[in-house]
Amino acid sequence: MTTTVAENPINLLGRGIRNFFCGFGGLVVFMTRMLVSLRRGLPRRHVLVPILYEIGVRSVPVVLVTGAFIGMVLAVQTYTQFKMMHMESRLGAIITMTLVSELGPVLAATMLAGRVGSAMAAELGTMRVTEQVHAISALGADPVSYLVVPRFIACVALIPMLTAIADAVGILSGWLFSWHVLGINPHQYWMYAVQFVTGWDVMAGLIKSVLFGCSIAIVACQQGFHCGAGAEGVGRAATQAFVFSFIAILGMDFLLTVVLNTTYYLIWPQAVSLAIAGVW
Amino acid sequence: MNAPAIEVSDVCCIFGSQTVLSNVSLHVSAGETVAIVGESGCGKSVTMKVMMQLLRPTSGTLKWFGTDVETLSTDKRQQQRLRLGYLFQGAALFDSLTIYENVAFGMRQTGEQNEQRIRQTVLERLNEVGLSPDIVKKKPSEISGGMQKRVGLARALSLSPDVMFYDEPTTGLDPVNSRRIDDLIHSVRQSRGVTGIIVTHDLRTVQRVADRVVMLYPRYKLNEDAGQIIFDGSLQELAASSDKRVHEYIGDEFDTNLPRNVEVEHRQPLLKST
Repeated sequence: MTTTVAENPINLLGRGIRNFFCGFGGLVVFMTRMLVSLRRGLPRRHVLVPILYEIGVRSVPVVLVTGAFIGMVLAVQTYTQFKMMHMESRLGAIITMTLVSELGPVLAATMLAGRVGSAMAAELGTMRVTEQVHAISALGADPVSYLVVPRFIACVALIPMLTAIADAVGILSGWLFSWHVLGINPHQYWMYAVQFVTGWDVMAGLIKSVLFGCSIAIVACQQGFHCGAGAEGVGRAATQAFVFSFIAILGMDFLLTVVLNTTYYLIWPQAVSLAIAGVW
Repeated sequence: MNAPAIEVSDVCCIFGSQTVLSNVSLHVSAGETVAIVGESGCGKSVTMKVMMQLLRPTSGTLKWFGTDVETLSTDKRQQQRLRLGYLFQGAALFDSLTIYENVAFGMRQTGEQNEQRIRQTVLERLNEVGLSPDIVKKKPSEISGGMQKRVGLARALSLSPDVMFYDEPTTGLDPVNSRRIDDLIHSVRQSRGVTGIIVTHDLRTVQRVADRVVMLYPRYKLNEDAGQIIFDGSLQELAASSDKRVHEYIGDEFDTNLPRNVEVEHRQPLLKST
């Protein structure tokens, strides 16, 4: 049996590795170009405000719904386990902790990668295939400054705010569900929530959401700027913007969790002994 | 002797594994109108985008008004680019902006703050291309293709360029609108002395507005070392060319004597009847 060059697994692996590094390199080059443009100056108000509105205000309903359901699902899932250990009164702690440090930032970013990231990639991709990006250059403007920088600023500034909204709504919906449906004492819910969740957890969640915002903006704009020809190219750019943003969010979440936990225990070493002793 | 307005030397463009342009050298003198023709896929639009530096060639040099573009700083290059205007094939109007904002875009990007002056220029340019001020609040999707082309031209002219690039200006338009665009190209040259570079398949446009014709031939149909420019000369020379490839493209009905007067040519047949 003959094996063609294209089917050779070594070739496929090599091509896959090459494509990965080319794609990653392209992303780094694009980000550098964006940062250089950002250094030259901030976008004008009439350019920035509509983008802030589109990314921020119009994402609020999606974030509210996501946050509300996460909070209630967490209450349902943890209640049975905690009840077996007679710890159901501590539901507030686990819901708040999980939302603030992990699920809130990741799920809000995932929803926004779908809503905002895909839309940005499709919009910029359409502008590219209809030569509007070239038209910006032809009129003496820098397309990266005009199109990418405002979107980057909007994502970095607003995704943490949207995450904070998702966290707050999730905690509130978890509280309402625990109180009215599961019969948890609301005073205990809030008492344990405040006792277990520290300022560091809130800050760690917000740091994550800032970096998730960066990655959504960079990945989506890069995909839009380099999309293939025609409707197929735009469609592929929108899909890839979501898929690559999602992978970036999950990968960064893992790395950031490790880095932030290590930093936390370096700053407060006594927390390690408390954790091992099961006090905390 | 004045330097050519635009000059490309030994330009090669390779996209992936495909060589689109190979060793193309061309210059356009100030004030003349050059038509670049050739069959689809021969690299006409790529040549024009390289001339405007919307695409970077793989190798070769580009000069604007005698200066190598690569030697210019980013700011200087942006400044020089404002001396060049570009009418895109599909007009490339910004669909999220109104007609007014589209035409005003270039002026705002160059730092013009005086809204009164911007408004006056927008209305003047729209008037110049024969459009009524009533359309300023419309979005590009609300006007016809011919009107979009004219708005595209008004937008390109808003910065008073010295050189205008027209990428297939009449493609997809009916004969009436095609003639209107040809008239505009002609009148822009007459009234402003603008240098013109036109990529087109429409031989009527070539006959009516061009001083010189450059014909490109697809790379894949040529020998390895053959030049892609198979013809460079006047309309008369084009009609008299003995090159079989040139004749195959222009046909037998090429008329070099079409009147260029905007008013007269409406009443003349554009091509000899067959």
